[in-house]
Amino acid sequence: MTAAARNSAETTWRRVVVAAPYLWLLVFFLAPFAIILKISLADPLIAQPPFTPVFDESGNLSVTADNFRFLLTDKLYAITYLRSMFMAGATTLLCLALGFPMAYGITRSTPATRNLLLMLIVLPFWISFLLRVYAWMGLMNSHGVINNSLMWLGVIDQPLALMYTDFAVFVGLTYSYLPFMILPLYASLERMNLDLVEAAQDLGASPTKAFWDVTWPLARPGVIAGCLLVFIPAMGEYVIPYLLGGPEALLIGRVLFDEFFVNRDWPLASAVAIVLLLFLVVPIVFLQRSQARDMEHAA
Amino acid sequence: MRRHSRFVLSALAFGYAFLYIPLVLVIVYSFNDSRLATVWGGFSTRWYGELLRNEQVLDAAFLSLRIAITSASFATILGAMAGLALCRFGRFRGRTVLSGMITSPLVMPEVITGLSLLLLFVSLQQLIGWPGQRGFGTITIAHATFSMAYVAVIVQSRLRSMDESLEEAAMDLGGRPARVAFDITLPLIAPAMVAGWLLAFTLSLDDLVIASFVSGPGSSTLPMYIFSKVKLGVSPDINALATLIILFVTTGVFAAWFATRRAANRAHTNRA
Repeated sequence: MTAAARNSAETTWRRVVVAAPYLWLLVFFLAPFAIILKISLADPLIAQPPFTPVFDESGNLSVTADNFRFLLTDKLYAITYLRSMFMAGATTLLCLALGFPMAYGITRSTPATRNLLLMLIVLPFWISFLLRVYAWMGLMNSHGVINNSLMWLGVIDQPLALMYTDFAVFVGLTYSYLPFMILPLYASLERMNLDLVEAAQDLGASPTKAFWDVTWPLARPGVIAGCLLVFIPAMGEYVIPYLLGGPEALLIGRVLFDEFFVNRDWPLASAVAIVLLLFLVVPIVFLQRSQARDMEHAA
Repeated sequence: MRRHSRFVLSALAFGYAFLYIPLVLVIVYSFNDSRLATVWGGFSTRWYGELLRNEQVLDAAFLSLRIAITSASFATILGAMAGLALCRFGRFRGRTVLSGMITSPLVMPEVITGLSLLLLFVSLQQLIGWPGQRGFGTITIAHATFSMAYVAVIVQSRLRSMDESLEEAAMDLGGRPARVAFDITLPLIAPAMVAGWLLAFTLSLDDLVIASFVSGPGSSTLPMYIFSKVKLGVSPDINALATLIILFVTTGVFAAWFATRRAANRAHTNRA
């Protein structure tokens, strides 16, 4: 084959390899966002589909900011967004508080134990998320295992109201997202040179000081990645507040779902999604940057 | 080996108990004879029998499996192409857009992905009459879209860890690009593609929120069926179903773990 023919074959091949995933994502990932934006600027309508067209019959542009105005002025939505942020933030801190010592313990185990412990962190990923949340329903019911055990032990004589509370949502969120925190923490703690900590201690630093001055800064990339991996999905979570939270436990993921399916207000649901995305743009960009850096670091 | 401090040990013990006690209890209660899923009424396997006679469960499980296999296969092919392009093609037009689009689904909240895809399908139906009805096809497309991101990440990290010289040598010896890709690159990234396929398959079987948005009447996947039941509270046949899934997954993961450990040991002895 001549060099020219080979070059043209190479160009064709490359075009095909790039174009297939590119076009797929353009149609099924990027275009849908343009559509959400379009519908969020429409009025709801009792019709199929239930919203007004962007161009009316005479071809004039007809858009409205009513949905966004409503979201901004309605107190309930402001409270829901803030509550979601608070719940996701508190969950992130709980996962960090529990996940950090666990990840640290795993890195410091013997290689054989370490592999087993790591596998036990990954294993829940492969078991249905929904069923793992469901498992807590049987534990936290008023006649569930926790209440029955506590009553049998004589600690309480009335069942505690665990289910359908914010407490239950915290437990469910922390339980589901804990592995997302541990894995990146493990990855950065494992790369760390433990001699540094020992050197600091040999030089007279207390264990606490050695931790804050040496371990923590070195683990920071893992902390950042883990926190974002927990915070971002927790903010839009739907299943956990639905199954474990009370009816008053309004979180934005659930409100979006209900606005769409129960109230059938597609334009408002789209506006809710856009505002949620605006809340998450900063953490998402941050996460992508840190992952890109990590990839380059590994290369 | 270094000893754990008491604090780290208790965090490990508490953490693993926290992760695993709920699962163990679901398994125990799946053998409970009582219909009240939280009161112990003696040992029984009746819920397994009821589960296997429940046609709704079987239909939903079959639909979920078909979707998972198809979407994982699409995701693996497209994801591997994207990974290859991003890792081996240097700079090309649209690279930034492609790399942004491929990683975004990883971090997008499910409710947003689900809503945006449904709105796309509804708009397409108005414009070109496709998709005529939502179900297998639309769920498969949605799952392939978000799981190809995972495949691309896995393939990319495999390609990064590999030297380009084999592919370059094959090219220098006159191999056509497509031929080099299939004969050299493909076997090298095959393990990453298998891992990616398995992950995509699991993600698809696991998804509730996106499938709920893009499915139509009459097509419910297994998670959708489970959700419609557990919304009403704890139910004994779901305990049985959960137990089957937990045991199946645990066996698979342990088998894979032993296999890789043995392979690693063998490589180790060979080298010694």
